[in-house]
Amino acid sequence: MTAAQLLPLAVAVPLLGAVTLALAGRLLPRLGCDILATAWASADVVLLAGLWHCSSRGTQVNWVGAWKPTGGEGVGIVLVGDRIGIGLALLITVLILAALLYAWRFFEEPPAGHRGTFPALILLFEAGMCGFALTGDLFNAFVFFELMGAVAYALTGYHVEDPRPLQGALTFGVINSLAAYCSLMGIALLYARTGELGMAQIGRHLAGHSADALIVVAFVLVLTGLLVKGAMAPFHFWLPDAHAVAPTPVCMLLSGVMVELGVYGAARVYWTLFSGPGGIPAHAMRDVLTSTGVVTALLGAVMCWQQRHIKRMLAFSTISHVGLFLVGISLLSPQGVTGTALYVAGHAGVKAALFALTGVLLDQHGSVDEHSLYGRARELRRSAGIMFVLGALALAGLPPFGTGLGKALTEHAAGEFLGWLPAVFVLTSAITGATVLRTAARVFTGAGGRPDATAGAQTRGDHEEPEVRDPGRPVPAPMLVVPALLLAGSLVLGLLPGPVTALTRAGQLFTSRAAYLAAVGLAPTNQPAMPVVTPVAPPVVWTGEGIALGLLSTILAAALAATALWGPALQGAAAHRLRGLAAAVTQRLVAPLRSLHSGRLGDNAVWLATGVAVLLVAFSTLVQP
Amino acid sequence: MNLLGPLPYLVAGWLLLVGVYGLVTSRNLIHAVGCLAVAQSSTYVLLLTVGFRRGGTAPVYSDTSPRSVVVDPVVQALALTDVVVGATVTALLLALVIQLHNRHSTIDPDRLNALRG
Amino acid sequence: MSRTARIRLFWGAAAVIAALYTMACLRLPHFGTAVHPYGDRAVAATLRQRTANTISSINFDQRAFDTLGEESILFGAVLGATALLRRTSHDHNTRPRPVRVLPSTRLFGALLLPVALLTGIYIVAHGQLSPGGGFQGGVVLATALHLAYVAADYRALQRIRPRELLDQADAVAAGAFTVLGLAGLVAGVAYLQNVLPLGTFNTLSSGGLVPVINAAVGIEVASGVIVVLAYFLDQTLFATGPAGGAFRKKAER
Repeated sequence: MTAAQLLPLAVAVPLLGAVTLALAGRLLPRLGCDILATAWASADVVLLAGLWHCSSRGTQVNWVGAWKPTGGEGVGIVLVGDRIGIGLALLITVLILAALLYAWRFFEEPPAGHRGTFPALILLFEAGMCGFALTGDLFNAFVFFELMGAVAYALTGYHVEDPRPLQGALTFGVINSLAAYCSLMGIALLYARTGELGMAQIGRHLAGHSADALIVVAFVLVLTGLLVKGAMAPFHFWLPDAHAVAPTPVCMLLSGVMVELGVYGAARVYWTLFSGPGGIPAHAMRDVLTSTGVVTALLGAVMCWQQRHIKRMLAFSTISHVGLFLVGISLLSPQGVTGTALYVAGHAGVKAALFALTGVLLDQHGSVDEHSLYGRARELRRSAGIMFVLGALALAGLPPFGTGLGKALTEHAAGEFLGWLPAVFVLTSAITGATVLRTAARVFTGAGGRPDATAGAQTRGDHEEPEVRDPGRPVPAPMLVVPALLLAGSLVLGLLPGPVTALTRAGQLFTSRAAYLAAVGLAPTNQPAMPVVTPVAPPVVWTGEGIALGLLSTILAAALAATALWGPALQGAAAHRLRGLAAAVTQRLVAPLRSLHSGRLGDNAVWLATGVAVLLVAFSTLVQP
Repeated sequence: MNLLGPLPYLVAGWLLLVGVYGLVTSRNLIHAVGCLAVAQSSTYVLLLTVGFRRGGTAPVYSDTSPRSVVVDPVVQALALTDVVVGATVTALLLALVIQLHNRHSTIDPDRLNALRG
Repeated sequence: MSRTARIRLFWGAAAVIAALYTMACLRLPHFGTAVHPYGDRAVAATLRQRTANTISSINFDQRAFDTLGEESILFGAVLGATALLRRTSHDHNTRPRPVRVLPSTRLFGALLLPVALLTGIYIVAHGQLSPGGGFQGGVVLATALHLAYVAADYRALQRIRPRELLDQADAVAAGAFTVLGLAGLVAGVAYLQNVLPLGTFNTLSSGGLVPVINAAVGIEVASGVIVVLAYFLDQTLFATGPAGGAFRKKAER
């Protein structure tokens, strides 16, 4: 049995796990369910690690049901496990395992008689995400996209006692489903033109036509679903509402990997379907996605700085980072993909750890509000506090964390395209890092002055429903061990040369359309059938420039956090004038931006329509038939 | 040019926009979930339109000759999958609406103000 | 954003989308075109697999992996409803009471229920032959059972609805689909490969794996829909949360 034959198991095993847990949850006690779920998730990690190992020999391809095409024409669905796809699936399984471990004895009230419901939903979520990462068929991608979506809506609204999770889950559900239907419209248009559903097949058939209005509309519609999941501005409004209210283990998964899957999907769809003749020219893709990526990164950073609800703050930080990932992908270069892949992996560990630590605060103090928690978590400063600070620094890109290395590689590739792009990377990661650092200093040490407790029109984080049975108990061990392991994982990614070497090859394979076509048996006749990988240059790991920029954004983050903490207390005319300026900027520019984030369903829907219209105009202008 | 030619395709686009308009202006979450279903029906119409073949019959060969001309069965299978997906998503969203109503006595999306800024 | 601004923004966006979508439609093949390459291949493959209903062959054989994902969404919806519509300690529950129904309604319900159940089973069983299949038949079966609620009252529905059993049947059927796929792998061929004997064209046993998966889907859809509806009915009719239940008052009137 070959590794390629085992590819569908990445979906089938978690599905079977969900069924087993749903059934066993009636018989087993609470502890039994937790052990079973953890064992099952560990088995998934082992499976994917094995597939990752095998994928070093080349792209693994599986025609489900043995519907292998003859003469390049078939009726079946193909799973394509290249290193980026399998690597992403491996990341998903690792985070699922982390979330399930973290959630041991977590919920107060599992549904009566259905104790396995929560872990079963998590495993279904895993199946959906793994299927989406591995499929090579456009409609199949839609199905798995909807699977992960539907399960995520249910998980987000899990705390039905509080209206906010219900509201967040509804907005999440309606907007993401609407976007998915836009994608399906695009898939139908592509089917009408090419008569195919496989990604590689569609891409090959597009070559016979010119890039006209049909291609632009289909491309934008397909992209809409993916970029709404990927929270690109102005499609991002649902994300902070959903991430702020979901149960903590779910937040770890949503921010850690689900949002990034949207960016991955956009990249996959572009390279496989549209990067060839008859598709979307590279300059159009590069211009549009780079500019929206930069806007998303800046907007996320500014909004992150303004938050006091810690989960919402982390959600905006995810938006900011996703903007950077978009920039990395939009460079359309192997280096950009390699850097982004590493950045995504490092970010997943760090962001999941930060959410996990926020969950500890919620567990101990029943609040995730930066202001009301001021100085209240001093007794946790040696455990959760240190990890929170490390997470903040890693978010800012401190070497040698994986986030730092990913940022350095992406930044370098971006700098070769546009000289000022690295400045965006440094600035936005410094702001998001500074925000988390500021929070850590206030919550765990009571640094700076007591923040002004008066709340404007904003989301507060106190009066949260505690997620646990007994807020007075000591912190359960898994809730501290899991974030420690996640941070350590992110550190290892930056320290070891193995992942970079593997991802350097993976980036080259991912950006090679010919290699993808060859892998699924659609090699153009004039090219050899085996994937052609250009001779591999020795992978770049840490460079002086990368370390310098990483340190720069870390120092900048520390300086910004210090300003926020102690700035208000500074004496002197200059400090007074600067404070006045900051207040004016906040009043004039930031307040209107914040009021746009109204959390209303109607506003969300209209921003979705506006985003589609903007993308349509941008691509039609840039694509000349 | 035959003006009626692209009409079925345009109906799909119309349905999508009408659904979004409903979502934008909705004052009732049950209505909003209904509007989402309207928007989704655009995908059914587009898929089935794309697969139509003039003079084709249903792609079921239990009582017709295997040589008879049929419409594209693939889009019908896709539409069936799509219907099930839509129904389940609708069920989940309605479950959220019911809980909002039962526990928090509002289903007006514009009166939900807890998440902003 | 104010309501007026929101609607204005929508009209602007909608105008752009409408214009470009129309331009795209003008470039599409003509409505009713004879060119359907994938469709033609799917029909050929269906006849090779001796399945009469092409759509069932696509859903349960050629693109069965799509259906696997879709069944999982349904299973996820059942689990989601279990989680979202669960009773919490805040809920107060009331008991269903007998309700008066017109004798004619009662009679028609009693007559229709078995007929509808039989129709559902027929549609599931003939999925590989005639229009219909696991999904359609499953929904008919689930609806049929609820005739008891329409024709009598909730207590009658409760008596004929083995809820726990159906909940387990749903999970088992969802698992059966996955395991049927694994069977191929264990037998040394591909996942979800149709390895059963294909039988004679246009008979109940034709199509190999298709009728088996079809039956599993039928069971899953029927039990899944019944269970989800049970949660909905419980929440809307008999659970009063802290905010009271206006749904209930309306429903009882």
